[in-house]
Amino acid sequence: MSFVSVRNVWQRYGDRSILERVSVTAEEGEFVSIVGASGCGKSTFLRMLLAEERPYKGEISIEGGATAVEPNRERGVVFQKYSVFPHLTVRDNLMAAEGFQTRFGRLRGAARKEAAARADQMLTRIGLSHVAQQFPASLSGGMQQRLAIGQALTAKPRILLLDEPFGALDPGTRLQMHDFLMELRDETNMTVFMVTHDLEEAFKLGDRVLVFDKPRWDPQDPNVIGATITYDFDARHGGMPHQDILDHFPSLAAG
Amino acid sequence: MRLINMRPARPGAVLLAAVPFVVLLVAYSIASDMRLAANPQDKLLPAPATIAETAQRLFTVPDKRSKEILLWQDTAASLARLLGGVGISAALSLIFGLAIGLLPYARATLSRFVAVLSMVPPLALLPILFIVFGLGELSKVVLIVIGITPFMTRDLAQRVMDIPKEQIVKAQTLGASSWVIAARVALPQVLPRLISNVRLSLGSAWLFLIAAEAVASNVGLGYRIFLVRRYLAMDVILTYVIWITLLAFVIDWLLKTVSRRAFPWMEAGL
Ligand SMILES: Nc1ncnc2c1ncn2[C@@H]1O[C@H](COP(=O)(O)OP(=O)(O)OP(=O)(O)O)[C@@H](O)[C@H]1O
Ligand SMILES: [Mg+2]
Repeated sequence: MSFVSVRNVWQRYGDRSILERVSVTAEEGEFVSIVGASGCGKSTFLRMLLAEERPYKGEISIEGGATAVEPNRERGVVFQKYSVFPHLTVRDNLMAAEGFQTRFGRLRGAARKEAAARADQMLTRIGLSHVAQQFPASLSGGMQQRLAIGQALTAKPRILLLDEPFGALDPGTRLQMHDFLMELRDETNMTVFMVTHDLEEAFKLGDRVLVFDKPRWDPQDPNVIGATITYDFDARHGGMPHQDILDHFPSLAAG
Repeated sequence: MRLINMRPARPGAVLLAAVPFVVLLVAYSIASDMRLAANPQDKLLPAPATIAETAQRLFTVPDKRSKEILLWQDTAASLARLLGGVGISAALSLIFGLAIGLLPYARATLSRFVAVLSMVPPLALLPILFIVFGLGELSKVVLIVIGITPFMTRDLAQRVMDIPKEQIVKAQTLGASSWVIAARVALPQVLPRLISNVRLSLGSAWLFLIAAEAVASNVGLGYRIFLVRRYLAMDVILTYVIWITLLAFVIDWLLKTVSRRAFPWMEAGL
Protein backbone atom coordinates (compact mmCIF):
# COMPACT_ATOMS: atom_id res chain seq x y z
CA MET A 1 0.00 0.00 0.00
CA SER A 2 1.45 3.31 -1.04
CA PHE A 3 1.46 6.24 1.30
CA VAL A 4 -0.50 8.46 -1.06
CA SER A 5 -2.52 6.83 -3.78
CA VAL A 6 -4.53 8.55 -6.50
CA ARG A 7 -6.65 6.10 -8.49
CA ASN A 8 -8.27 7.01 -11.78
CA VAL A 9 -9.26 10.53 -10.79
CA TRP A 10 -11.38 12.75 -13.05
CA GLN A 11 -12.42 16.32 -12.56
CA ARG A 12 -14.77 18.48 -14.56
CA TYR A 13 -16.40 21.90 -14.17
CA GLY A 14 -19.76 22.02 -15.89
CA ASP A 15 -19.15 20.19 -19.15
CA ARG A 16 -15.49 21.15 -19.25
CA SER A 17 -13.26 18.23 -18.56
CA ILE A 18 -10.16 19.38 -16.68
CA LEU A 19 -8.46 16.18 -15.54
CA GLU A 20 -9.03 12.61 -16.56
CA ARG A 21 -7.60 9.21 -15.70
CA VAL A 22 -5.07 10.61 -13.24
CA SER A 23 -3.42 7.79 -11.33
CA VAL A 24 -0.27 8.13 -9.30
CA THR A 25 1.19 6.85 -6.08
CA ALA A 26 3.81 8.33 -3.82
CA GLU A 27 5.83 6.86 -0.97
CA GLU A 28 6.28 8.45 2.41
CA GLY A 29 9.02 11.05 2.32
CA GLU A 30 8.89 11.49 -1.43
CA PHE A 31 9.07 14.96 -2.96
CA VAL A 32 6.89 15.13 -6.05
CA SER A 33 7.16 18.14 -8.36
CA ILE A 34 4.29 18.89 -10.72
CA VAL A 35 4.74 20.89 -13.90
CA GLY A 36 2.56 21.62 -16.91
CA ALA A 37 1.16 24.37 -19.12
CA SER A 38 -0.80 27.17 -17.50
CA GLY A 39 -4.43 26.26 -16.98
CA CYS A 40 -3.94 22.53 -17.49
CA GLY A 41 -5.22 21.63 -14.04
CA LYS A 42 -2.20 21.44 -11.72
CA SER A 43 -3.84 23.53 -9.03
CA THR A 44 -7.03 21.56 -9.50
CA PHE A 45 -5.08 18.37 -8.81
CA LEU A 46 -3.56 19.92 -5.72
CA ARG A 47 -6.97 21.13 -4.52
CA MET A 48 -8.22 17.56 -4.76
CA LEU A 49 -5.23 16.25 -2.80
CA LEU A 50 -6.08 18.94 -0.29
CA ALA A 51 -9.74 17.82 -0.30
CA GLU A 52 -10.81 21.38 -0.94
CA GLU A 53 -12.56 19.81 -3.93
CA ARG A 54 -13.79 16.28 -4.41
CA PRO A 55 -12.96 14.43 -7.60
CA TYR A 56 -15.77 13.92 -10.06
CA LYS A 57 -14.67 10.31 -10.25
CA GLY A 58 -11.92 8.28 -8.60
CA GLU A 59 -10.30 8.01 -5.21
CA ILE A 60 -7.52 9.74 -3.35
CA SER A 61 -6.28 8.18 -0.16
CA ILE A 62 -3.53 8.77 2.34
CA GLU A 63 -2.32 5.55 3.96
CA GLY A 64 -5.34 3.67 2.70
CA GLY A 65 -7.88 6.05 4.22
CA ALA A 66 -11.10 7.07 2.48
CA THR A 67 -11.26 10.05 0.09
CA ALA A 68 -11.50 13.09 2.37
CA VAL A 69 -14.48 15.42 2.03
CA GLU A 70 -12.89 18.58 3.40
CA PRO A 71 -9.44 19.90 4.29
CA ASN A 72 -8.03 18.65 7.59
CA ARG A 73 -4.83 18.50 9.57
CA GLU A 74 -3.52 15.60 7.52
CA ARG A 75 -2.84 17.99 4.68
CA GLY A 76 -0.73 21.11 5.05
CA VAL A 77 -0.71 23.76 2.36
CA VAL A 78 1.22 26.81 1.22
CA PHE A 79 -0.18 28.93 -1.59
CA GLN A 80 1.61 31.52 -3.66
CA LYS A 81 0.09 34.20 -1.42
CA TYR A 82 -2.51 34.76 1.31
CA SER A 83 -1.19 31.73 3.19
CA VAL A 84 -0.75 33.49 6.52
CA PHE A 85 -3.23 35.43 8.61
CA PRO A 86 -2.68 39.18 8.22
CA HIS A 87 -4.30 40.07 11.56
CA LEU A 88 -2.00 37.82 13.63
CA THR A 89 1.59 38.56 14.49
CA VAL A 90 4.28 36.26 13.16
CA ARG A 91 4.41 34.33 16.41
CA ASP A 92 0.61 34.16 16.71
CA ASN A 93 0.48 32.78 13.18
CA LEU A 94 2.62 29.86 14.35
CA MET A 95 0.62 29.47 17.57
CA ALA A 96 -2.55 29.35 15.47
CA ALA A 97 -1.27 26.12 13.94
CA GLU A 98 -1.75 24.54 17.36
CA GLY A 99 -4.52 26.70 18.76
CA PHE A 100 -7.01 26.62 15.89
CA GLN A 101 -7.82 22.96 16.44
CA THR A 102 -9.08 23.62 19.96
CA ARG A 103 -12.67 24.34 20.81
CA PHE A 104 -12.33 28.11 21.04
CA GLY A 105 -9.42 28.48 18.68
CA ARG A 106 -6.84 29.47 21.25
CA LEU A 107 -4.67 27.82 23.84
CA ARG A 108 -4.60 28.71 27.51
CA GLY A 109 -2.34 28.27 30.49
CA ALA A 110 0.34 25.60 30.36
CA ALA A 111 -0.57 24.42 26.88
CA ARG A 112 -0.15 27.97 25.66
CA LYS A 113 3.28 28.27 27.27
CA GLU A 114 4.45 25.05 25.66
CA ALA A 115 3.09 26.08 22.28
CA ALA A 116 4.82 29.44 22.64
CA ALA A 117 8.11 27.67 23.34
CA ARG A 118 7.66 25.48 20.26
CA ALA A 119 6.70 28.55 18.22
CA ASP A 120 9.93 30.23 19.33
CA GLN A 121 11.93 27.19 18.26
CA MET A 122 10.22 27.25 14.88
CA LEU A 123 10.86 30.99 14.61
CA THR A 124 14.55 30.36 15.11
CA ARG A 125 14.39 27.51 12.64
CA ILE A 126 12.80 29.66 9.92
CA GLY A 127 14.95 32.68 10.79
CA LEU A 128 12.13 34.99 11.84
CA SER A 129 12.85 35.45 15.56
CA HIS A 130 13.66 39.10 15.08
CA VAL A 131 10.22 39.85 13.65
CA ALA A 132 8.16 37.68 16.02
CA GLN A 133 5.94 40.56 17.11
CA GLN A 134 5.42 42.07 13.67
CA PHE A 135 2.47 41.58 11.35
CA PRO A 136 2.93 39.70 8.08
CA ALA A 137 2.31 42.77 5.92
CA SER A 138 5.59 44.26 7.12
CA LEU A 139 7.55 41.16 6.05
CA SER A 140 9.22 40.58 2.69
CA GLY A 141 7.72 38.04 0.31
CA GLY A 142 10.36 35.45 1.14
CA MET A 143 9.86 35.87 4.88
CA GLN A 144 6.09 35.53 4.47
CA GLN A 145 6.54 32.26 2.59
CA ARG A 146 8.99 30.98 5.22
CA LEU A 147 6.37 31.80 7.83
CA ALA A 148 3.69 30.03 5.78
CA ILE A 149 5.84 26.91 5.50
CA GLY A 150 6.72 27.03 9.19
CA GLN A 151 3.05 27.42 10.05
CA ALA A 152 2.06 24.47 7.88
CA LEU A 153 4.79 22.28 9.40
CA THR A 154 3.85 23.24 12.95
CA ALA A 155 0.55 21.41 12.41
CA LYS A 156 2.58 18.27 11.52
CA PRO A 157 0.60 17.27 8.41
CA ARG A 158 1.02 13.89 6.70
CA ILE A 159 1.54 15.53 3.33
CA LEU A 160 2.56 19.06 2.45
CA LEU A 161 1.05 20.68 -0.65
CA LEU A 162 2.78 23.66 -2.25
CA ASP A 163 1.15 25.61 -5.09
CA GLU A 164 3.84 27.72 -6.76
CA PRO A 165 5.13 28.68 -3.32
CA PHE A 166 8.07 30.65 -4.67
CA GLY A 167 6.35 31.96 -7.81
CA ALA A 168 6.22 35.54 -6.59
CA LEU A 169 9.80 35.72 -5.31
CA ASP A 170 12.89 37.16 -6.94
CA PRO A 171 15.50 34.67 -8.17
CA GLY A 172 17.93 35.23 -5.28
CA THR A 173 15.30 34.76 -2.62
CA ARG A 174 14.01 31.76 -4.51
CA LEU A 175 17.42 30.07 -4.26
CA GLN A 176 17.54 30.74 -0.53
CA MET A 177 14.07 29.27 -0.20
CA HIS A 178 15.24 26.14 -2.04
CA ASP A 179 18.02 25.61 0.50
CA PHE A 180 15.58 26.32 3.31
CA LEU A 181 13.06 23.80 2.01
CA MET A 182 15.71 21.11 1.38
CA GLU A 183 17.00 21.46 4.94
CA LEU A 184 13.51 21.22 6.39
CA ARG A 185 12.89 18.16 4.29
CA ASP A 186 16.02 16.42 5.47
CA GLU A 187 14.95 17.09 9.04
CA THR A 188 11.31 16.06 8.76
CA ASN A 189 11.16 13.50 5.94
CA MET A 190 7.99 15.19 4.72
CA THR A 191 5.95 13.92 1.81
CA VAL A 192 5.62 16.92 -0.49
CA PHE A 193 3.67 17.75 -3.65
CA MET A 194 4.83 20.97 -5.24
CA VAL A 195 3.37 22.69 -8.29
CA THR A 196 5.83 24.95 -10.08
CA HIS A 197 6.35 26.69 -13.40
CA ASP A 198 10.10 26.51 -13.04
CA LEU A 199 11.43 23.27 -14.53
CA GLU A 200 14.82 23.71 -12.97
CA GLU A 201 13.23 24.10 -9.57
CA ALA A 202 11.06 21.04 -10.20
CA PHE A 203 14.08 18.83 -10.94
CA LYS A 204 16.30 20.35 -8.28
CA LEU A 205 13.87 19.84 -5.41
CA GLY A 206 11.82 16.88 -6.54
CA ASP A 207 12.50 13.16 -6.36
CA ARG A 208 10.03 12.87 -9.18
CA VAL A 209 8.63 15.28 -11.70
CA LEU A 210 5.08 14.74 -12.95
CA VAL A 211 4.12 16.44 -16.20
CA PHE A 212 0.44 17.26 -16.73
CA ASP A 213 -0.78 17.62 -20.30
CA LYS A 214 -3.66 16.69 -22.55
CA PRO A 215 -2.93 13.25 -23.99
CA ARG A 216 -4.96 13.94 -27.14
CA TRP A 217 -6.57 16.94 -28.75
CA ASP A 218 -10.14 16.96 -29.92
CA PRO A 219 -10.04 19.34 -32.90
CA GLN A 220 -13.78 20.10 -32.60
CA ASP A 221 -13.89 20.93 -28.93
CA PRO A 222 -10.75 21.22 -26.80
CA ASN A 223 -12.87 21.09 -23.64
CA VAL A 224 -13.91 17.49 -24.07
CA ILE A 225 -10.57 15.99 -23.15
CA GLY A 226 -8.91 16.73 -19.84
CA ALA A 227 -5.25 16.66 -18.91
CA THR A 228 -3.52 13.74 -17.29
CA ILE A 229 -0.03 12.78 -16.19
CA THR A 230 1.91 12.29 -19.42
CA TYR A 231 5.39 11.84 -17.91
CA ASP A 232 6.68 10.72 -14.57
CA PHE A 233 10.41 11.44 -14.40
CA ASP A 234 12.80 10.13 -11.83
CA ALA A 235 14.53 13.33 -10.77
CA ARG A 236 17.01 11.94 -8.26
CA HIS A 237 20.71 12.06 -9.05
CA GLY A 238 20.31 15.11 -11.21
CA GLY A 239 17.61 13.52 -13.33
CA MET A 240 19.77 10.61 -14.51
CA PRO A 241 18.07 7.34 -13.60
CA HIS A 242 19.77 4.17 -12.35
CA GLN A 243 22.70 6.09 -10.80
CA ASP A 244 22.22 4.06 -7.65
CA ILE A 245 21.73 0.76 -9.40
CA LEU A 246 24.93 -0.64 -7.90
CA ASP A 247 23.54 -0.06 -4.42
CA HIS A 248 20.56 -2.17 -5.30
CA PHE A 249 22.38 -4.81 -7.34
CA PRO A 250 26.01 -4.95 -6.11
CA SER A 251 26.53 -8.07 -8.16
CA LEU A 252 26.56 -5.98 -11.33
CA ALA A 253 29.83 -4.35 -10.23
CA ALA A 254 31.66 -7.65 -10.34
CA GLY A 255 31.07 -8.19 -14.04
CA MET B 1 3.15 71.21 -13.57
CA ARG B 2 -0.12 69.33 -13.73
CA LEU B 3 -2.89 70.29 -11.31
CA ILE B 4 -3.08 66.70 -10.08
CA ASN B 5 0.53 66.90 -8.92
CA MET B 6 0.30 70.19 -7.06
CA ARG B 7 0.02 69.63 -3.31
CA PRO B 8 -0.44 72.16 -0.49
CA ALA B 9 2.36 72.23 2.10
CA ARG B 10 1.52 71.49 5.76
CA PRO B 11 0.62 74.96 7.18
CA GLY B 12 -1.09 75.87 3.93
CA ALA B 13 -3.21 72.73 4.07
CA VAL B 14 -4.54 73.62 7.51
CA LEU B 15 -5.41 77.12 6.30
CA LEU B 16 -7.13 75.71 3.23
CA ALA B 17 -9.20 73.40 5.39
CA ALA B 18 -10.31 76.41 7.46
CA VAL B 19 -11.34 78.48 4.44
CA PRO B 20 -14.82 76.99 3.82
CA PHE B 21 -15.72 77.34 7.49
CA VAL B 22 -14.63 80.96 7.59
CA VAL B 23 -16.44 81.70 4.32
CA LEU B 24 -19.64 80.18 5.66
CA LEU B 25 -19.39 82.13 8.91
CA VAL B 26 -18.67 85.43 7.15
CA ALA B 27 -21.44 84.89 4.61
CA TYR B 28 -23.90 84.15 7.41
CA SER B 29 -22.83 87.21 9.41
CA ILE B 30 -23.22 89.50 6.41
CA ALA B 31 -26.64 88.09 5.51
CA SER B 32 -27.79 88.31 9.11
CA ASP B 33 -26.49 91.89 9.40
CA MET B 34 -28.31 92.90 6.25
CA ARG B 35 -31.63 91.44 7.41
CA LEU B 36 -31.32 92.89 10.90
CA ALA B 37 -30.43 96.32 9.49
CA ALA B 38 -33.63 96.24 7.45
CA ASN B 39 -35.76 94.90 10.30
CA PRO B 40 -34.32 94.62 13.85
CA GLN B 41 -37.17 92.24 14.79
CA ASP B 42 -36.17 89.71 12.12
CA LYS B 43 -35.99 86.19 13.53
CA LEU B 44 -34.85 84.24 10.51
CA LEU B 45 -31.10 84.87 10.70
CA PRO B 46 -30.18 85.82 14.27
CA ALA B 47 -26.81 87.47 14.76
CA PRO B 48 -23.95 85.15 15.75
CA ALA B 49 -23.74 86.97 19.07
CA THR B 50 -27.42 86.21 19.73
CA ILE B 51 -26.85 82.55 18.95
CA ALA B 52 -23.91 82.47 21.33
CA GLU B 53 -26.04 84.03 24.05
CA THR B 54 -28.86 81.60 23.44
CA ALA B 55 -26.45 78.70 23.43
CA GLN B 56 -25.04 79.74 26.76
CA ARG B 57 -28.52 79.98 28.20
CA LEU B 58 -29.55 76.61 26.77
CA PHE B 59 -26.51 74.85 28.15
CA THR B 60 -26.61 76.35 31.63
CA VAL B 61 -30.01 77.66 32.68
CA PRO B 62 -32.52 75.09 33.99
CA ASP B 63 -36.08 75.03 32.79
CA LYS B 64 -38.41 76.96 35.11
CA ARG B 65 -40.96 74.21 35.46
CA SER B 66 -38.89 71.03 35.53
CA LYS B 67 -35.77 72.55 37.08
CA GLU B 68 -33.72 70.55 34.62
CA ILE B 69 -31.50 71.81 31.83
CA LEU B 70 -33.51 70.73 28.81
CA LEU B 71 -30.60 70.58 26.40
CA TRP B 72 -28.79 68.01 28.47
CA GLN B 73 -31.97 66.02 28.92
CA ASP B 74 -32.54 66.07 25.19
CA THR B 75 -28.96 65.09 24.53
CA ALA B 76 -29.07 62.17 26.95
CA ALA B 77 -32.35 60.88 25.52
CA SER B 78 -31.24 61.19 21.90
CA LEU B 79 -27.81 59.70 22.45
CA ALA B 80 -29.30 56.74 24.31
CA ARG B 81 -31.65 56.05 21.40
CA LEU B 82 -28.96 56.60 18.80
CA LEU B 83 -26.29 54.48 20.46
CA GLY B 84 -28.83 51.80 21.34
CA GLY B 85 -30.03 51.58 17.76
CA VAL B 86 -26.59 51.70 16.24
CA GLY B 87 -25.24 49.20 18.77
CA ILE B 88 -28.00 46.72 18.07
CA SER B 89 -27.53 47.18 14.33
CA ALA B 90 -23.81 46.63 14.59
CA ALA B 91 -24.30 43.41 16.55
CA LEU B 92 -26.99 42.11 14.19
CA SER B 93 -25.03 42.99 11.07
CA LEU B 94 -21.96 41.27 12.49
CA ILE B 95 -23.82 38.05 13.26
CA PHE B 96 -25.75 37.93 10.00
CA GLY B 97 -22.83 39.24 7.93
CA LEU B 98 -20.56 36.48 9.22
CA ALA B 99 -23.24 33.84 8.72
CA ILE B 100 -24.06 34.95 5.17
CA GLY B 101 -20.41 35.37 4.27
CA LEU B 102 -19.23 32.03 5.63
CA LEU B 103 -22.13 29.60 5.46
CA PRO B 104 -23.53 28.66 2.04
CA TYR B 105 -26.82 27.65 3.65
CA ALA B 106 -27.23 31.00 5.40
CA ARG B 107 -26.25 32.74 2.16
CA ALA B 108 -28.82 30.81 0.14
CA THR B 109 -31.51 31.57 2.71
CA LEU B 110 -30.81 35.17 3.65
CA SER B 111 -28.81 37.10 1.10
CA ARG B 112 -31.78 37.87 -1.20
CA PHE B 113 -33.96 38.70 1.75
CA VAL B 114 -31.46 41.20 3.14
CA ALA B 115 -31.02 42.73 -0.32
CA VAL B 116 -34.78 43.30 -0.60
CA LEU B 117 -34.98 44.53 2.96
CA SER B 118 -32.38 47.17 2.28
CA MET B 119 -34.62 48.59 -0.48
CA VAL B 120 -37.53 49.27 1.91
CA PRO B 121 -37.65 53.01 2.69
CA PRO B 122 -37.49 52.97 6.50
CA LEU B 123 -39.29 56.26 7.04
CA ALA B 124 -42.31 54.87 5.23
CA LEU B 125 -42.47 52.24 7.95
CA LEU B 126 -42.51 54.81 10.73
CA PRO B 127 -46.32 54.85 11.13
CA ILE B 128 -46.34 51.06 11.34
CA LEU B 129 -43.59 51.14 13.95
CA PHE B 130 -45.54 53.63 16.04
CA ILE B 131 -48.60 51.41 15.84
CA VAL B 132 -46.74 48.20 16.61
CA PHE B 133 -44.18 49.42 19.15
CA GLY B 134 -46.02 52.40 20.57
CA LEU B 135 -44.78 55.97 20.85
CA GLY B 136 -42.07 55.17 23.40
CA GLU B 137 -38.36 54.54 23.03
CA LEU B 138 -38.72 51.21 21.29
CA SER B 139 -40.18 52.48 18.03
CA LYS B 140 -37.36 55.01 17.63
CA VAL B 141 -34.65 52.47 18.26
CA VAL B 142 -36.34 50.00 15.92
CA LEU B 143 -36.51 52.61 13.16
CA ILE B 144 -32.75 53.12 13.38
CA VAL B 145 -32.16 49.36 13.43
CA ILE B 146 -34.39 48.76 10.42
CA GLY B 147 -32.86 51.71 8.64
CA ILE B 148 -29.18 50.80 8.84
CA THR B 149 -28.90 47.07 9.57
CA PRO B 150 -29.57 45.73 6.03
CA PHE B 151 -26.91 47.92 4.47
CA MET B 152 -24.34 47.08 7.14
CA THR B 153 -25.15 43.37 6.87
CA ARG B 154 -24.74 43.31 3.11
CA ASP B 155 -21.46 45.12 3.27
CA LEU B 156 -20.05 42.91 6.02
CA ALA B 157 -21.15 39.73 4.25
CA GLN B 158 -19.37 40.96 1.14
CA ARG B 159 -16.24 41.70 3.18
CA VAL B 160 -16.30 38.21 4.65
CA MET B 161 -16.59 36.74 1.16
CA ASP B 162 -13.69 38.92 0.06
CA ILE B 163 -11.37 37.24 2.56
CA PRO B 164 -9.05 35.22 0.31
CA LYS B 165 -10.22 31.63 0.03
CA GLU B 166 -6.64 30.57 0.70
CA GLN B 167 -6.93 31.79 4.28
CA ILE B 168 -10.13 29.87 4.92
CA VAL B 169 -8.59 26.70 3.45
CA LYS B 170 -5.42 27.25 5.42
CA ALA B 171 -7.39 27.53 8.66
CA GLN B 172 -9.11 24.24 7.87
CA THR B 173 -5.77 22.52 7.33
CA LEU B 174 -4.84 23.74 10.81
CA GLY B 175 -7.91 21.96 12.16
CA ALA B 176 -10.15 24.99 12.71
CA SER B 177 -13.90 24.35 13.03
CA SER B 178 -16.45 26.61 11.31
CA TRP B 179 -16.90 28.39 14.60
CA VAL B 180 -13.16 28.97 15.07
CA ILE B 181 -12.86 30.21 11.49
CA ALA B 182 -15.67 32.67 12.16
CA ALA B 183 -14.28 33.84 15.49
CA ARG B 184 -10.54 33.79 14.82
CA VAL B 185 -10.16 34.36 11.09
CA ALA B 186 -13.19 36.22 9.75
CA LEU B 187 -14.34 38.26 12.73
CA PRO B 188 -11.04 40.03 13.46
CA GLN B 189 -10.61 40.85 9.80
CA VAL B 190 -14.04 42.44 9.38
CA LEU B 191 -14.10 44.33 12.69
CA PRO B 192 -12.34 47.35 11.20
CA ARG B 193 -14.92 47.29 8.45
CA LEU B 194 -17.70 47.11 11.01
CA ILE B 195 -16.40 50.28 12.60
CA SER B 196 -16.20 52.08 9.30
CA ASN B 197 -19.74 50.88 8.51
CA VAL B 198 -20.92 52.33 11.79
CA ARG B 199 -19.22 55.60 10.89
CA LEU B 200 -20.91 55.63 7.51
CA SER B 201 -24.31 54.73 8.97
CA LEU B 202 -24.30 57.34 11.72
CA GLY B 203 -25.54 59.98 9.30
CA SER B 204 -28.60 57.92 8.42
CA ALA B 205 -29.06 56.96 12.05
CA TRP B 206 -29.27 60.62 13.05
CA LEU B 207 -31.71 61.23 10.23
CA PHE B 208 -34.01 58.44 11.37
CA LEU B 209 -33.70 59.49 14.98
CA ILE B 210 -34.59 63.11 14.38
CA ALA B 211 -37.46 62.13 12.09
CA ALA B 212 -38.91 59.79 14.70
CA GLU B 213 -38.45 62.34 17.48
CA ALA B 214 -40.05 65.05 15.37
CA VAL B 215 -43.15 62.94 14.85
CA ALA B 216 -43.75 61.60 18.33
CA SER B 217 -41.72 62.27 21.45
CA ASN B 218 -41.58 64.43 24.52
CA VAL B 219 -37.83 64.71 24.89
CA GLY B 220 -34.89 64.60 22.50
CA LEU B 221 -32.86 66.86 20.25
CA GLY B 222 -35.12 66.36 17.24
CA TYR B 223 -38.23 66.85 19.33
CA ARG B 224 -36.95 70.16 20.66
CA ILE B 225 -36.02 71.49 17.24
CA PHE B 226 -39.46 70.78 15.85
CA LEU B 227 -41.12 72.14 18.98
CA VAL B 228 -39.44 75.55 18.89
CA ARG B 229 -39.93 75.75 15.13
CA ARG B 230 -43.46 76.91 15.97
CA TYR B 231 -42.04 80.04 17.62
CA LEU B 232 -39.54 80.55 14.81
CA ALA B 233 -36.78 80.35 17.45
CA MET B 234 -33.98 80.15 14.93
CA ASP B 235 -31.33 80.83 17.56
CA VAL B 236 -32.42 77.71 19.46
CA ILE B 237 -32.65 75.61 16.31
CA LEU B 238 -29.21 76.68 15.14
CA THR B 239 -27.70 75.97 18.54
CA TYR B 240 -29.19 72.48 18.45
CA VAL B 241 -28.02 71.90 14.88
CA ILE B 242 -24.49 72.95 15.71
CA TRP B 243 -24.59 70.81 18.87
CA ILE B 244 -25.79 67.76 16.92
CA THR B 245 -23.10 68.31 14.32
CA LEU B 246 -20.50 68.53 17.05
CA LEU B 247 -21.77 65.32 18.69
CA ALA B 248 -21.72 63.51 15.35
CA PHE B 249 -18.22 64.74 14.68
CA VAL B 250 -16.91 63.64 18.08
CA ILE B 251 -18.49 60.19 17.76
CA ASP B 252 -16.95 59.79 14.33
CA TRP B 253 -13.56 60.90 15.60
CA LEU B 254 -13.74 58.50 18.53
CA LEU B 255 -14.56 55.59 16.26
CA LYS B 256 -11.75 56.48 13.92
CA THR B 257 -9.29 56.65 16.80
CA VAL B 258 -10.47 53.35 18.27
CA SER B 259 -10.17 51.69 14.87
CA ARG B 260 -6.62 52.90 14.41
CA ARG B 261 -5.55 51.83 17.88
CA ALA B 262 -7.28 48.48 17.84
CA PHE B 263 -6.17 47.22 14.46
CA PRO B 264 -2.47 47.89 14.08
CA TRP B 265 -2.14 45.09 11.54
CA MET B 266 -4.21 47.10 9.07
CA GLU B 267 -1.47 49.67 8.84
CA ALA B 268 1.52 47.39 9.14
CA GLY B 269 1.80 47.25 5.37
CA LEU B 270 1.91 51.00 4.90
N1 LIG C 1 -13.94 26.37 -9.67
C1 LIG C 1 -13.78 26.36 -11.01
N2 LIG C 1 -14.85 26.43 -11.83
C2 LIG C 1 -14.70 26.41 -13.17
N3 LIG C 1 -13.53 26.32 -13.80
C3 LIG C 1 -12.41 26.24 -13.05
C4 LIG C 1 -12.48 26.26 -11.61
N4 LIG C 1 -11.22 26.17 -11.13
C5 LIG C 1 -10.42 26.09 -12.21
N5 LIG C 1 -11.12 26.14 -13.35
C6 LIG C 1 -10.57 26.02 -14.70
O1 LIG C 1 -9.87 24.81 -14.75
C7 LIG C 1 -8.68 24.95 -15.49
C8 LIG C 1 -7.51 24.44 -14.70
O2 LIG C 1 -7.26 25.35 -13.65
P1 LIG C 1 -6.02 25.23 -12.67
O3 LIG C 1 -6.06 26.38 -11.75
O4 LIG C 1 -6.00 23.88 -12.08
O5 LIG C 1 -4.80 25.37 -13.68
P2 LIG C 1 -3.26 25.41 -13.35
O6 LIG C 1 -2.64 24.29 -14.07
O7 LIG C 1 -3.01 25.48 -11.90
O8 LIG C 1 -2.85 26.75 -14.03
P3 LIG C 1 -1.74 27.82 -13.58
O9 LIG C 1 -0.43 27.26 -14.00
O10 LIG C 1 -2.09 29.04 -14.35
O11 LIG C 1 -1.84 28.00 -12.11
C9 LIG C 1 -8.56 26.40 -15.88
O12 LIG C 1 -8.90 26.54 -17.21
C10 LIG C 1 -9.57 27.10 -15.00
O13 LIG C 1 -10.17 28.13 -15.73
MG1 LIG D 1 -2.35 27.00 -10.55
